Amino acid sequence: MTTRLMGTGVQRVEDQRFLRGRGRYADDIAVDPATLHAAVLRSPHAHARIVDIDVADVLDVEGVHAVWTYDDLTGPMADPLPLLIPHPALTHGRTQYALAKDEVNYVGEAVAFVVAEDRYVAEDAVGRIRVTYDVLPPVVGVEAARAADRLVHEDVPGNVGARMEQSTGDVEAALAAAPRRLTLDLDVERSASMPLEGRGTVARWDPDSDRLQVWTSTQTSTGVRAVVAVKLGLDLRQVDVITPDVGGGFGVKINHPWPEELLVPLAARTLRRTVKFIEDRREHFVSSAHERGQIHHIEVGFDDEGRLLALDVRFWHDHGAYTPYGLIVPIITSTQLLGPYKPDVYRVVFESLYTNTVMVTPYRGAGRPQGCFAMERTMDAIAAELGRDRTEVRAVNFIQPDEFPFDQGLIFQDGRELEYDSGDYPALLEKIKTLVGWDDFPAFRAEMAAQGRRVGIGLACYVEGTGVGPYEGAHVHIETSGKVKVATGLTTQGQGHATVFAQLVADELGCRFDDVEVVTGDTRRMPYAVGTFASRAAVMSGSAIHLAARKTKEKVLRIAAEALEASPDDLQVVDGVVSVKGSPGAAIDLGTVAVLSNPLRYAFDEASKAATQFTVGDPGKPPVPEDEEPGLEGTDFYSPERSTFASGMHAVIVETDPLTAEITILKYAVVHDCGRLINPMIVEGQIHGGVAQGVAGALYERMVYDESGQLLNASFMDFLMPYVTEVPDGIDIDHLETPSPLNPLGIKGAGEAGVIPSAAVFASAIEDAEGLSSPGLTITAMPISPSELFHLRLAHAEETS
Amino acid sequence: MSEPLLEVQLSVNGVVHDLRVPARRLLSDALRHDLGLTGTHVGCEHGVCGACTVLADGRPVRACLMFAVSAVGLNLTTVEGLAGADGTLSNVQQAFAECHGLQCGFCTPGFLTTITAGLRDNPQPTHEQARDMIAGNLCRCTGYQNIVKAVERAAELGA
Repeated sequence: MTTRLMGTGVQRVEDQRFLRGRGRYADDIAVDPATLHAAVLRSPHAHARIVDIDVADVLDVEGVHAVWTYDDLTGPMADPLPLLIPHPALTHGRTQYALAKDEVNYVGEAVAFVVAEDRYVAEDAVGRIRVTYDVLPPVVGVEAARAADRLVHEDVPGNVGARMEQSTGDVEAALAAAPRRLTLDLDVERSASMPLEGRGTVARWDPDSDRLQVWTSTQTSTGVRAVVAVKLGLDLRQVDVITPDVGGGFGVKINHPWPEELLVPLAARTLRRTVKFIEDRREHFVSSAHERGQIHHIEVGFDDEGRLLALDVRFWHDHGAYTPYGLIVPIITSTQLLGPYKPDVYRVVFESLYTNTVMVTPYRGAGRPQGCFAMERTMDAIAAELGRDRTEVRAVNFIQPDEFPFDQGLIFQDGRELEYDSGDYPALLEKIKTLVGWDDFPAFRAEMAAQGRRVGIGLACYVEGTGVGPYEGAHVHIETSGKVKVATGLTTQGQGHATVFAQLVADELGCRFDDVEVVTGDTRRMPYAVGTFASRAAVMSGSAIHLAARKTKEKVLRIAAEALEASPDDLQVVDGVVSVKGSPGAAIDLGTVAVLSNPLRYAFDEASKAATQFTVGDPGKPPVPEDEEPGLEGTDFYSPERSTFASGMHAVIVETDPLTAEITILKYAVVHDCGRLINPMIVEGQIHGGVAQGVAGALYERMVYDESGQLLNASFMDFLMPYVTEVPDGIDIDHLETPSPLNPLGIKGAGEAGVIPSAAVFASAIEDAEGLSSPGLTITAMPISPSELFHLRLAHAEETS
Repeated sequence: MSEPLLEVQLSVNGVVHDLRVPARRLLSDALRHDLGLTGTHVGCEHGVCGACTVLADGRPVRACLMFAVSAVGLNLTTVEGLAGADGTLSNVQQAFAECHGLQCGFCTPGFLTTITAGLRDNPQPTHEQARDMIAGNLCRCTGYQNIVKAVERAAELGA
C-alpha cells in the first residue's frame, strides 16, 4: 500500500514556479505594449460634495484613451455597488458608486477613471483633472460617530448602520444575583490585511466570441464573475474570471467588486483593448479596506471560583464609510467572544457605525481578535480580583470534552446555530502550560528580577468557527496519460492548496501525488464556488475534492473490474495502477482505464487508437451504456450543516524595559487544534504567519487618522509592518487533534488561528510584567507601543500616589 | 506632446537588451514590462518592502528606487537568473523549497536575491547574522520563521 499522504509534511508543488520567478500574478498578465493601463483619481477629502469635475485638460493628452466620471456611467453601472451580505439588523446599509456621485465619504474614494498607454501617462492625466469640492466636516473614529453631532450619510440617524442584540437569558437578573461583579472598557484600533501584492485587475474583451475574460487578484472569482455580468449587462456564460497567483489576501481581497473590478472590464469592452489596473501601495492604504477598530464595554458577574454567571457586552464597531460586506465582522466578535467558555447568561449588543474613513471588511481573524481581547481581558480581571491563577479561572469555565456538540444558544455569522462540533480545552490548557513553562515561571521571574529585569507571562484561549458554508465543489478528471486534473472554484493566495489538495486526491484515488495537478479559482474549470475566507478552504474544497475523487474512483473500479473480469470489491489502486488484490499479474493503469471509459470514433494518437469503438466495450451494448457518461471524471460538492470549531491557546513571555518601556518577546508558544492535519508543515506555516500578524496588531500596526480624516501613515515607512526583527525568534508549537464529525476528513480550518489571541496574550503578559512595580496597572487598549506603556506607567503612578 | 525616449542598453542575467524608455521609467517597470521579466515584484514603490530587490554587479538594489537609465553599464541579476543554466535551483532557492520559506511567493524573489548576495559576503552566518541578512525585506505570510531556516539551510548546502 502506498504511504498515506494525509498528515505528512509534503513539500509544496507550487514553490517551483515562485522560486524561479515564474509566478503569474495579476500584473504579470498581458505584459505587452498593446495593453492599456488605468489610474484612478481619488478624493483628497474625507467628506465633501462634488461641485464640478473638469476633465478638459486631459482630453488632448497624448496616449489617453478614456476619462470617465460618474456621468459617463449608464445602466446598472450607474447604480450603487452591491451590498453583498444583507442582514435584517443592517437597517441602514450604504455602498459607494463605482465613481463617486455628488459626494465623497472617505479620502481615497474613486472619483474619476483614466485609461492610457501606460500607467505613467494615466497618472499624468489624473493629475490634470480639476475637481471643485464643497468640503464638509468629517466623522472620524468611534467616539465621533457615537456623538453623532455630524452625520456621514444625511439619511442615517446617529451614524448607526446596524444595531444587533443576542442573548441567552435575563442578563440583568443574573448580574444582580452574582456575588461579584466587574466592569471593563476596552479599545482596539484599526489595522489592515496589507498583502504584499495590492489589488489588480486585467480584462480582455473578445469581439469574435462576445466574451469577456477577467483576471483579478481576488478571494472569490465566482463572486466577481457574477457581479461583472450583472453590472455590464452580460450573460454569466459570457464572462470568465480567472484568479492567477495572488500575492496574499488575508481578507481584504474577499470584498467585491472593487470599483476597478467593474471599470476595467467595462473599459476593455468599450475600447476593445486589454486594460489593466494595478493598485499602488498608497492606494491600497486609502482605497481598499481596514478592520479591527472597536470599543467594548463589559459587565461581568461571577462567583468566588471565577465562574461566569452573567456576561453583558456592548460594543461599537467602526465600519467606515460604507457597508458592502455587511455585518460579518461585528457578528463574529459578538459570537466568537465566548471562546471556549460557557457563561450561564450572555447578552451582547453592538452598534455598527459610519465614519468618514476607509470601509471595513474582514481581516485575518475577522472580529475574533477583538472578541478574544474582550473575553480574555475579562478572565484576567476576574483572576486579579480573586487573587487566583489565570489558568485556574479559565479552566473552571471551559466547556468540557463530554459536552460536545455544545450549543452556545446564539446564531453565528453564517445564520446557523453557534454549535461547537468538538474539542478538548482542558487538554489544550495542559499542553500550553507545559510548552511555555507556566508553573516554572515564578522561578524564572525571580531569577530575572535579581538581574534587574522585568518579565511577565500571559496566555489567551480562543475558539474559531472555521469552514463556513454554504458549499464548495470539485472536479476530478483522469486523462489517458494517467495525469489527474483537479479543479476547485475556491481561490488560493499562498496557503499551499495545490499541495494539500493533491495529497487528498492521491490518498483517495490511489494515484501518484506527482500526477495530480490542481487548478483553483478559474470559473472556466469550476463555475460553482464561494471563495477563500474564514479558514474554509481545506474544510470545504478539501472535502469536496475528497468526495469527487471518491466518485471518480468508483468509476475507475467499475470499468477496471469489467476489464479485469473481477469484482470491484477485489480491486485496489496503488501508485496509479489498478490491480486485483492478491493477483499482482492482473493490473491496468489509470490511464488505460481512462482510455476504456471513452469510446471514440477517431484515432489521433496511440491512446485514442486504443479507444475506438471497434476495440473498446461490449458489442452487445451501446458504446456509452445507459446511465454512463464517456470519460473518467467525477464532480461532487460538499455543503455542511454548520461551521467546524477549531481552538487553541497562545502564551507569551515578555520583558519590559524598566526605563524605556520597550517590549521584548522572550518566548512564544502555541497549541492548536484544527482537527486532523493534512500537512503539518503548511499548518505550522499558517501559524507562523498568523503570529507575526498578531504581534504586529498587538505592538505596532495602527491606522493613524487625523481629525480631518487624512490617513497619516499610508506607507510602509510609517505603518509598522514587522520585519524579522520584530517577530519572535522561534515559535513553539504543539498540536491536538479532535476530529470534526462534520466532514469526511475530520478537519477544521487553520488559516486565521495564529492571529486571534495576540492582542489578548500580549496585554496579559505586559500587565503581568508591569505588575511587580506598578500593582494594579491594567492594559485596556491595543496596540500598545513603548511610549504608550511609558505614559501608562506615569498615569498609573499619579493615580495611585 | 510626446515624451522623449532614451536608448539604453541593459545587461540582465547575462543578456544585453536594447530599450527605448522615457527618462523616468523605473528599473522595476523596465524589467517587468519592457523585458517581460515579471519575477521581480513591486510591493510598495518606495523602497521599504524589498520585493523588487535585484542584484546590480552582485549588490542588492531596490529596482523601484532606480531609473532604468541609471542601470546602464551594470550587470543585473533578477530572480530569473538565479537558477543554473540547466535549470538546477541555486542553494538559496533549494533551501526555500525545503524549509517552506514561502507562501504566496510575492516577496520571495526579493528575499532570494538579497540572501544570495548576503551569503556570498558571509557564507556561514550565525543565527543572528542570518536574521540580520533578511531584516530589510518584508514578508506578510511566513512570519519569517522558515525564511531564517532557509538562510541557514542554504549556508549548509553551500558549505
